[in-house]
Formats: sequence, structure tokens, C-alpha cells
Amino acid sequence: MDLFSDDYTDGNTLAGPLRELFTVDMTGAVGRCVHCGGEGPVAGMKVYAQAPGLVARCPSCQEVLMRLVRGPSDAWLDLRGTMSLRIPMPPE
Amino acid sequence: MARAAVSGGLNRRLTWHAARLAEVVEETPSARTLVFDVPDWPGHLPGQHVDVRLTAEDGYSTQRSYSIATPADGTRVALTVQRVDDGEVSPYLTETLVPGDVIELRGPVGGWFVWRAADPAPVLLIAGGSGIVPLMAMIRARREAGSRALFRLIYSVRTPEDRFYADELRTRARDDMGLDVGYVYTRQAPEGWPAAPRRLSVADVNNGGWPPDFQPSCFVCGPTAFVETVADILVALGHDPRRVKTERFGPTGS
Amino acid sequence: MGGIVSPGFRGRRGAEGGGVKLPPGQYLTEDFPVLTAGPTPRVPTDTWEFVVVTEAGEKHRWSWAELMALPSEQPTVDLHCVTKWSKLGTSWQGVSLDVLLDGVDTAADYVMVHSYGGYTTNLPFEDLRNGQAWIAYKFDGEDLHPEHGGPARLLVPHLYLWKSAKWVRGLRLTDEDEPGFWESAGYHDYGDPWREQRYQGD
Repeated sequence: MDLFSDDYTDGNTLAGPLRELFTVDMTGAVGRCVHCGGEGPVAGMKVYAQAPGLVARCPSCQEVLMRLVRGPSDAWLDLRGTMSLRIPMPPE
Repeated sequence: MARAAVSGGLNRRLTWHAARLAEVVEETPSARTLVFDVPDWPGHLPGQHVDVRLTAEDGYSTQRSYSIATPADGTRVALTVQRVDDGEVSPYLTETLVPGDVIELRGPVGGWFVWRAADPAPVLLIAGGSGIVPLMAMIRARREAGSRALFRLIYSVRTPEDRFYADELRTRARDDMGLDVGYVYTRQAPEGWPAAPRRLSVADVNNGGWPPDFQPSCFVCGPTAFVETVADILVALGHDPRRVKTERFGPTGS
Repeated sequence: MGGIVSPGFRGRRGAEGGGVKLPPGQYLTEDFPVLTAGPTPRVPTDTWEFVVVTEAGEKHRWSWAELMALPSEQPTVDLHCVTKWSKLGTSWQGVSLDVLLDGVDTAADYVMVHSYGGYTTNLPFEDLRNGQAWIAYKFDGEDLHPEHGGPARLLVPHLYLWKSAKWVRGLRLTDEDEPGFWESAGYHDYGDPWREQRYQGD
């Protein structure tokens, strides 16, 4: 089975939707993939946005790192594919 | 205001703002720059973008992301929008919207794909089509800040007619010390151009960019397939992947 | 949410149904938008298989040739996507789940649908029976294009389209309901468009 598509953008697309939830920018946060252990910035994730929600996948192994669904009165953020996020914080 | 501009509008709850179209600049037959006036705009950094939301009379609503084309300038926010023929939002923004009309914006967002004027490292900018927009904001910000960071732009574009900011780039390449501008034409080159139309190649990046040991900051923006190709070329040439920042706007952008 | 109305903005939508009754909140579309949560799998039919696993662990397999040898139907159905577009009168060809499940010994109440590429979706077992669902392999008389789920997708048109899993590879029949890909990220467990069951709690 081959996997093919260039129908994705990248984690820069997540900047707005994640800034609704977090007080700091998340595109520079460095995530670690549960599946392959690969590390990289949220901005570098492959994002499939033509879907019922936003699906961010690992650029190395293509597995799902993050899912974000925005309903009218709730947002759901599923991070089970992300082992950790290191988030740059502005100085206090 | 100054503080907010430095942080790029972060540390603030993100909400939708009414944005009134103040001015329109035709860039190409199918693209225009829309200058909005956004009261309370907190400022932004070059490379940041905004989300645009459009709502129809019956409540149907959709949103898209657009890069900001200029450095922070009070309450002004300039977006350059390329019309995509079967697009849903870009035909509205490029054809229907007239000065005085109001849409909704939120932002600025994105803190990763940004250039900071205090950074002295050489910069390589590689644009595919309308991927020039956030890179142009960096070029303009460099001039405004009086930065002496060395900048090189490689701009891949279909035809001469499709170039955004052509006159300004010509002037800046002449007047802005330390800025080089190079073009690659993929469909049709101008009369007398030394190369036949072709895709951006390793040689273009090698000759028009910086050697990897200069440790340049590389910013690549364009359609997904273009960005993939260029990022692979940069890494193959020996650039540190951590210094290669990319922004993809989908198969064609919409 | 209720944003400011943008004068003259209609979006990429067809006429307002022209008297056709649509589920609440839906808009009519003429084209066939492609939604995907990941890269499109290309599954050659010579290695394709469809596997039903019962709650007892019993496996039933069909190769592509075996699927093609089964009697097929040509349903014409309306599609309703949770992203608010509806497409009416679409023509498909496929094998009814009634045919495939005929010899399967099960008392399961639920089904987890699995796809090539890793997608999953859950639904009650009874929603696959009695002429309500197909393994579809032709759309508009043509082989189903990979971007629309080819070589074969599940077609369950009475539920939102995310239940009609593209690139379907099998069903796992279970006693307990478990959430699939979107159901575990905020979307409704059942997804009836006529009751506008989009999100959890709707």
C-alpha cells in the first residue's frame, strides 16, 4: 500500500486555532511523537485541514500527533499521539 | 503599543475583530493587496499571519489563513490575496469586497515562521508564487529597522505577469544594501531572460542562496509540493534542518 | 458564534435546495468535496481484502475477486457531510452488507469499521443491516477514485458521511461500543444528520 498526498498544509495553520486555547504561541513548541520518537516544532507537523477537524501528523512517520475539533461551544484537543510538548515561554 | 508590537500580539486572548477595508492595491491581474483598518491592532512580526472569517447572510461561515504583507504599521493590516478560480474565499476577497466593507480578522498568529530584526544572521528567502507575501513583510521590515542582515530572495513564479511587488522589488534590490533578488520562471520567462522556463533546481538554490557554513536562516513559503522540494534541496545542500523554516499553503492555496 | 455578515458573501454553495428538504444546518453542493484526515492510501486490488472479525474472533475474508463475484446493487442516495455540505442523488454500485454478513454468526451490538491508512469509525451493528449499508466500489458508473475512498468504501448514507469510511478494510464486531477516529475527538457517537447530531452532547 502506498500513501500519497500533497493535500496538507503545516502546523503554521494551527497557530490561530491553538491560540484560541493557549495563551502563548504553540507553533514553535517542540513535540515528540509517541509512535517514532521524532521531535520537531508544531509548525513542521503535516496538517490535514480538509476534514471535520484539524489532524496533525508526524512528518517522519505520518502517524497522528494531534486532533483539534472546534464545535460551537467546545473545543476538543486530542494529544494522545504526542508524548510531550516543549513550549517556549516569554520571559516573565 | 510598542511592547505589544515586540511580542507580536501574544499573551492576549485571541478574538475576532472587525476589519474595515481601507485601500486596495492591484498587484497582478489576479491578485490584490487589501489594506484593512483594525482598531486595537496590537502589532505583529514579519512572517505572522491572520485568520480571516467570512459569514453569509444565512449564517454560513468559513475561514482561511493569510500572511501579512507588511511590517507593523499602527492599525493597518495588509494582506495580498491571489485569486484561486475555484476557491471559496479568494474570489470574494479579490473581486467582491470594496473599500468600506467589513470582514472579521483574528491575529496576529504564528510565532515560529517569523524574522526578528535583531537577528544578524544572513537570511535566505525562497518563495513559490504567492508564498512571497510573508517574505516580503520580512524584506520590508529589514529596511524599516535598518537591519544589515544579508538577505537573498529566490522567487519562483509562473510568468513575469504573476510577480507580486515587481516594481518595489526592483527598487529595493537597487537601494537596499545587502538585498539580492533573483527570479526563476516556471512557465514563461521575460524576453531576453537567460534561462528557459523550468522548475527551481538545486543549482538555483546553490547559486542564489548562501553556503551552509554561513548558517543562514532559511524561510521557504509556497504551495506544499514546492516547499517539500525546496526544503529537501536545502537539507541536501547541507543546511541545518533547524534553520530551515517552512510554511505550506496546501496543494494550490485557496 | 454569529460573525459579522460579509456583504455579498455566499460561499461555494449551490442554490438553497430549490425546495428540497435538507437536514438542519446543511447546504447543497454540486461538486464532491474531498475530505481526508491523512494521506490517501493506494490499495492495489490484487492485495486488497475485506475482513469481518466477530466478537468470538471468527474471521471472514473476501478478496477483491470474491467481492466482485457477489451480487451487487446500485443505490442512489443523498450524502450529508458534518462539515455542512449535502450532495443529493448520488449513484453508487456495491455489495450490500446484508449479503456479506449473511453467513456471519454474531450477536454483536456494535461495529468498529477499519480502513487502510488507519482510520476508524463506530456504529451500531443494526445500522449496517436491512438495506442500509454497502461496500461500494463504483461511483457514477466509474471505479471509485482513491480520493473518494477507492477501491472500496463503506456507504451508510443515513448517517453523516464520516461514518462511510473510505478505503475500508474490515469490520470488527463487538459487544461494547467504542469511539472511532472522530467520535473520540468530539464528534457524535451516532451522527444522525436529521437530528443534527454533529458533536458530543448534540
